[in-house]
Amino acid sequence: MPAKASRAAFGEALLELGATDERIVTLDADLSKSTMTAKFARTYPSRAFNVGIAESTMIGMAAGLALTGRVPFACSFACFLIGRFETIRVSVAYTQAPVKLVGTHVGVAIGEDGYTQMGLEDIACIRALPNIPIVQPADEIETKQAVAWAVEHPGPVYLRLTRQNLESVHGDDYRFRFGLAEVLRPGQDVTLLASGGPLWNCLEAAKRLAAQGLGAEVVNVATIKPLDEETILGSAGKTGRVVTVEDHGVHGGLGGAVAELLSEVMPTPLRRLGVTGFGESGDPKGLYAKHGLDPDGIAESVLKFLHR
Amino acid sequence: MARPDLARLQQFARECRVQILRMLAHAGSGHPGGSLSVADILVTLYFHRMRYDPAHPTWEERDRLVLSKGHCVPAQYCCMARAGFFPESQLITLRKLGSPLQGHPDRVMLPGVEAATGSLGQGLSIAVGMALGLKLGGKGARVYCVVGDGEIQEGQVWEAAMSAPRLGQPDHALDNLCVIVDYNKIQLDDHVRKILDLEPLVDKWKSFGWPVLDIDGHDFAQIDKALDQAEAIKGKPTFVVAHTVKGKGVSFMEDDPEWHGKAPKPAEAIRGIREILGEALPDWAQAVVGELERLEPR
Repeated sequence: MPAKASRAAFGEALLELGATDERIVTLDADLSKSTMTAKFARTYPSRAFNVGIAESTMIGMAAGLALTGRVPFACSFACFLIGRFETIRVSVAYTQAPVKLVGTHVGVAIGEDGYTQMGLEDIACIRALPNIPIVQPADEIETKQAVAWAVEHPGPVYLRLTRQNLESVHGDDYRFRFGLAEVLRPGQDVTLLASGGPLWNCLEAAKRLAAQGLGAEVVNVATIKPLDEETILGSAGKTGRVVTVEDHGVHGGLGGAVAELLSEVMPTPLRRLGVTGFGESGDPKGLYAKHGLDPDGIAESVLKFLHR
Repeated sequence: MARPDLARLQQFARECRVQILRMLAHAGSGHPGGSLSVADILVTLYFHRMRYDPAHPTWEERDRLVLSKGHCVPAQYCCMARAGFFPESQLITLRKLGSPLQGHPDRVMLPGVEAATGSLGQGLSIAVGMALGLKLGGKGARVYCVVGDGEIQEGQVWEAAMSAPRLGQPDHALDNLCVIVDYNKIQLDDHVRKILDLEPLVDKWKSFGWPVLDIDGHDFAQIDKALDQAEAIKGKPTFVVAHTVKGKGVSFMEDDPEWHGKAPKPAEAIRGIREILGEALPDWAQAVVGELERLEPR
């Protein structure tokens, strides 16, 4: 499959699922062209609600819709959703309203728009809530299946999607399984944990490491919450070294979740790669290089970590 | 809808106010002022307007109440207990460990509560979503949302206010939604007009496209008439400004910001109960008083 942004795959999946599932409704806050729900809105106008630039009420309305039998997808940039954390906390999480929160434009990969538009703390925030699973798909096929899963999941969900195109890391026979991490490439020397945008970079980094005689095991942690502890501990136990890679702040995201797990259950040397400090404007490639999230940067960090 | 039995509603409201004092005295904390001001509105909703089945709290055709001013949930608990959602004996577990009667409403722990509220400003958005969801699902149920006056200082309320009259038009317009503000003129710190004045409140909501009704929130006939009118208005949700008195029914609590969030001591609760019911107490109230007398002085 050609490279595709997970937000684009999301829009296509929703359009397709909406054809047969009347329960699906979309809510947007004036970003439907960016969250890719615009086509759904044109196709099913009575089931799409653009509430204006009013994310709090969008999230609250989604809760009300969810509690009256609809399957609402409340969509915006991840940072704008998380900016309404208190509404998510009470109206969605505590109320146990099965809202599907969709945060797009995650990470520094959005590039030129700069920090105010970058979702860099969303995993940390949502992870702090007891009952909202976090799913970050890495390519088109995984995204589409994750959306289909989200429709049927009886509780609230947070889907974390990219603006940028993502290379395919899965074959056509891939089946997304919520809550399970997936070993994409086996290796003996170090475990690379990632999902979403940086996953493909990890696979590329693993090739560079292989050229230097190092076996990197690449694990797709598409479900960031709840973590697949068994798979992660199994891999960490085998390699003895773990590196997390994410286009998110280094605090409280996938790296934080893995640190909590390892330190409690099986202390293992860990390196967390991610964004330190605020993001900034720039070309996405340059930003990934600056934060060490491109294949070269990841490989370099791994080598340093392994003292090679 | 049939005309309400005013004497019956008045009696229920007196009992509700007694139970509010009882619960809060037992809990040793809570919000009497706003619970007492909203009591007549909730009694009218529970015992004359809303369709629901306490034995089947998730009945799909039920009318919904979102008490957005969640700190006044003791008034709702009293109505729910009287309506049969749970035994009245459970009221004194308010705010106690393990009780479904949480300090602020919990949808999951207490069936019949429609949304967790108390983080102010959120309930109206949820109610709007519910009204829309019911319309989309072809249900005829109504949604009532009770907001506080101080609460509508929250920005999210105005996002919802701007949205609701336009949402779902033309096929799913939200004429199944009625919002009532318990306009008791006092918030936690002081009188609303001293903190952040809401006036001109009626004009503000009208300018956002809402039909607005202005009533005495302690006059059952006026409350009922307004809810009738709201139901008759097609194509738009309705906003009811219900003028109330904070602490209504208990002289020493009325119109005093001190009683926003302070529980009465047992002796104060007993004094209030005697004011509400008179000196010749019926047996059940005598039992409530006896129970309060046995409470350790705090």
